Amino acid sequence: MNKMNDFRSAVSIALSSALDPWREFRGLGWRNRVAVRDFISANYTEFTGRDDFLAGPTERTKKQWSLILALLEKERAHGGVLAVSSDVGSSITSHGPGYIDRDSEVIVGMQTDAPLKRGIYPNGGLRMIEIGLEEYDFPPVDPKIAETFTKYRKTHNQGVFDVYDAEILACRRSGVITGLPDAYGRGRIIGDYRRVALYGVDFLVADKQSEKAESDSKPFSEEVMRTREELSEQIRALAELKQMAKSYGFDISKPAATAVEAAQWLYFGFIGAAKEANGAATGIGRITAFLDIYLERDLNEKRITETEAQEIIDQLVIKCRILRYLRTKDFDSLFSGDPTWVTITFGGMNLDGRSLVTKTDFRVLHTLNNLGTSPEPNLTVLWSDGLPQGFKQYASRMSINTSAIQFESDDLMRKYWGDDCAIACCVSPMRVGKQMQYFGARANLAKALLYAINGGVDEISGAKVAEGFDPITSEVLDYDEVMAKFDQMQDWLCNTYVRAMNAIHYMHDKYAYERLMMALHDRDVLRTMAFGLAGLSIVADSLSAIKYAKVKPIRNAQGIAIDFEIEGDFPKYGNNDDRVDGIAVAATENFMNKLKAQHCYRGSTPTQSILTITSNVVYGQKTGTTPGGRKAGEPFAPGANPMHGRDVNGFMAAGASIAKLPYEANLDGISWTASFTPQSLGKTLADRVNNMSNCLDGYCKTGGFHINVNVMDRETLLDAMAHPEEYPTLTIRVSGYAVNFVKLTREQQLDVISRTFHQAA
Amino acid sequence: MQSSADLGASGLIGSVHSTITGGAVDGPGLRFVLFMSGCLMRCLYCHNPDTWNIANGTPRTVDNILSEVGKVSLFLKAAGGITISGGEPLVQADFVHEVFARCKAEYGLHTALDTNGLLARNLPDEWFDVVDLVLLDIKQIDPDKHRRLTSAPLEPVLDFAQRLARMGKPTWVRYVLVPGLTDDVDDVERLADYVATLKNVERVEILPFHKMGEYKWKEIGVPYELGDMLPPAPELVDRVRKQFEARGLLAVA
Repeated sequence: MNKMNDFRSAVSIALSSALDPWREFRGLGWRNRVAVRDFISANYTEFTGRDDFLAGPTERTKKQWSLILALLEKERAHGGVLAVSSDVGSSITSHGPGYIDRDSEVIVGMQTDAPLKRGIYPNGGLRMIEIGLEEYDFPPVDPKIAETFTKYRKTHNQGVFDVYDAEILACRRSGVITGLPDAYGRGRIIGDYRRVALYGVDFLVADKQSEKAESDSKPFSEEVMRTREELSEQIRALAELKQMAKSYGFDISKPAATAVEAAQWLYFGFIGAAKEANGAATGIGRITAFLDIYLERDLNEKRITETEAQEIIDQLVIKCRILRYLRTKDFDSLFSGDPTWVTITFGGMNLDGRSLVTKTDFRVLHTLNNLGTSPEPNLTVLWSDGLPQGFKQYASRMSINTSAIQFESDDLMRKYWGDDCAIACCVSPMRVGKQMQYFGARANLAKALLYAINGGVDEISGAKVAEGFDPITSEVLDYDEVMAKFDQMQDWLCNTYVRAMNAIHYMHDKYAYERLMMALHDRDVLRTMAFGLAGLSIVADSLSAIKYAKVKPIRNAQGIAIDFEIEGDFPKYGNNDDRVDGIAVAATENFMNKLKAQHCYRGSTPTQSILTITSNVVYGQKTGTTPGGRKAGEPFAPGANPMHGRDVNGFMAAGASIAKLPYEANLDGISWTASFTPQSLGKTLADRVNNMSNCLDGYCKTGGFHINVNVMDRETLLDAMAHPEEYPTLTIRVSGYAVNFVKLTREQQLDVISRTFHQAA
Repeated sequence: MQSSADLGASGLIGSVHSTITGGAVDGPGLRFVLFMSGCLMRCLYCHNPDTWNIANGTPRTVDNILSEVGKVSLFLKAAGGITISGGEPLVQADFVHEVFARCKAEYGLHTALDTNGLLARNLPDEWFDVVDLVLLDIKQIDPDKHRRLTSAPLEPVLDFAQRLARMGKPTWVRYVLVPGLTDDVDDVERLADYVATLKNVERVEILPFHKMGEYKWKEIGVPYELGDMLPPAPELVDRVRKQFEARGLLAVA
């Protein structure tokens, strides 16, 4: 059985030595230095046709996917985690080769040594591994690993808590800052995995060595020494990557010479990075036009057929679907549904005016037909008015059929990040290989507003969280007084938040450095520090109520406002009403301005997102009644969405409100999740596809940044809650990613169902 | 009729029932739909009887409507346009004309008029220059049944249909399918034959009867005769659709 595969890799090695890997390629600028973007621009073939060229799955693909489906079923039956490799810390070379089914695998490489078996990453912190194993009923971690990371080697998690101060701890406890990556890997770093395929590892090692040599004989400042140490680690990681690939029978020291090799080399880079970093989000980047160049060349050389081209993409996507990390239930309550955010970014425009759409952009969408729908990889289409009609239509149709696609405005991003940026996680754009981010979850702005009213006392625990503030004592809330106090409270919050983030990323760089991911970056990267805000719509509605209606706090014996009486009506965010939308706009600008005034670790540039992921439910549980009419415990709206049921003027008005939030103040993304009933998009499928495509044009032109599109009936979701076994693959988009609906907690399922469904009027 | 130049932006006032943004069922794409108050028909199945009385609307100026549309005009330009429905928009033809003219001039929007055609004879051909598409409701092809169903004559409606055909005005015919009232095989055959002669008709929309408007009848205190009526079965909708399709018409339900 295995002979076939050995034969294939032997042929592959023989081929690559016989073939010039760069034959037929155009352009010079990318040949002597790492410049993938220039390579793509000089060599890709824009595709402006329709989807009728696409091919179905091969027998090999079908076989593999059916094996995976059976394993997914077993994984569910095991309570969500199938197996854990708790005997060894995960690294690039920690595990011998593993396969789904060796004979039918065109692209090989496993995260551990068996599919869906999760690795452990003790560099990040031992405690989380112990909790994860315990919660999912696995035996404890190997005592040697426990000893090593207790006695001999410190972890990221320990480092962070060595530095944290009392205020930060109080903020974590109360939930005014939540989801900080101090107990899990920060993620949101995208290695430029294409470099492995285009240049081969030896070229990249030589490049890193010359980057390092540039600081030879310079004074060894802390910065210089850190850079030199990191480059040495990167070079070491590249050597390990070669070794790992060799264990699968591939020599990746030289560039890939065929399409299947290009996909394989690229994937080795990706899975190697995933083997040593347990990031919350592990994007694979902007890979479609790149791979298409190789596929086109092979097709032209009659080396492969369209069916085989599709097979390569299908199998790469299967691998993206089975990435797994061992998490804790605590993590799951924030980021629900076992997401890994293997975000594939595609579509978009070239700076020269052509679109970057290729046949492979279609092939990636087509995996949803060949393999069925799935939450991963996180399919992210960069939308622009200039995209070819055929692609717009196909992406819209697949979105309507699967609810598995998100759309983000290429027109907004291109101005800031160029035409080779990719999304990490949900909405975070970065230039591939040239930029990384220090991820930082989010602050609960709605709770901060309550702190302003209650003088820094937490409305749920009664504990003093922010020192040095007096509560508002008036009978009716005065807008100006609230705004002044809220502003001061945000100064305090921002200051505390930045301290926490600096501690986290200093220690992450020190103890859990992503060696391979960073080896696939330039040495001198732009670092952003990505802050986030939750509860924007609550703050907007609350301030609007205080300004336009009469809001009386109802205080408990301790003097804490635990409820609010609202007299009169007030404009609500999400209805395209400038009076309240302006409050939301100002809130994001104000917080961003405060961030800009802070010192961020390692010269990083602060950015901000309006995104909650699924933590909007937990934020709701941790936040008392707010002045705009939301009761204690009720979920927040996700991302930048209007509060549930308050956007009563249709989705265009809701979209127009959200599109007012300025991208320049929210460079890390603004997330909108919208749900439509099929009928609301038109009477026939053709109408719906046209309407969806035109709507995306309209939203982008209005200045909108991101939209998660769900097209389904509320009844379907209710039925899936009652009969989860009948909906194993039902996929819905939540704030910035997709999940299996049946994997959400019950609270989150109810939250999704309670959201505004835009219905036929 | 006055031209829009005479009226200018002088705050011409209309009686408006309501507006929605993003409607997908009133013309091509996703549309801003302006529902005018006032209608001369009294259709038994009407799902908006609260729009019958012009006095029940909210007075709004053209400027006011334009500023509401303007907030989503980029969206609408890409995704659809504006539809004026009702009620019967031609009850307030000057106002409607002005809204259409300015939406075209200021935002470049596609315009659709959803009408029963009863009052069209009062308007010159040029009036319709600002209308890109007419959604013409033909309630019944049998004159007697039409009168019973709508309390209005059929003849002006068909006159208008002929006139639109002569003008070459793009038109969608809308037909509400109500069991027992409009589902007779022969009636549908006659209607389909008739519509097939109109070369300007791009599409026939069959609107299955529903009772979502029943509560509104109670609110206005008028007895609702169709309380026991059920929506048409899917098979019936299919049959009627096929009757239109048999004439080469594009029919959707």
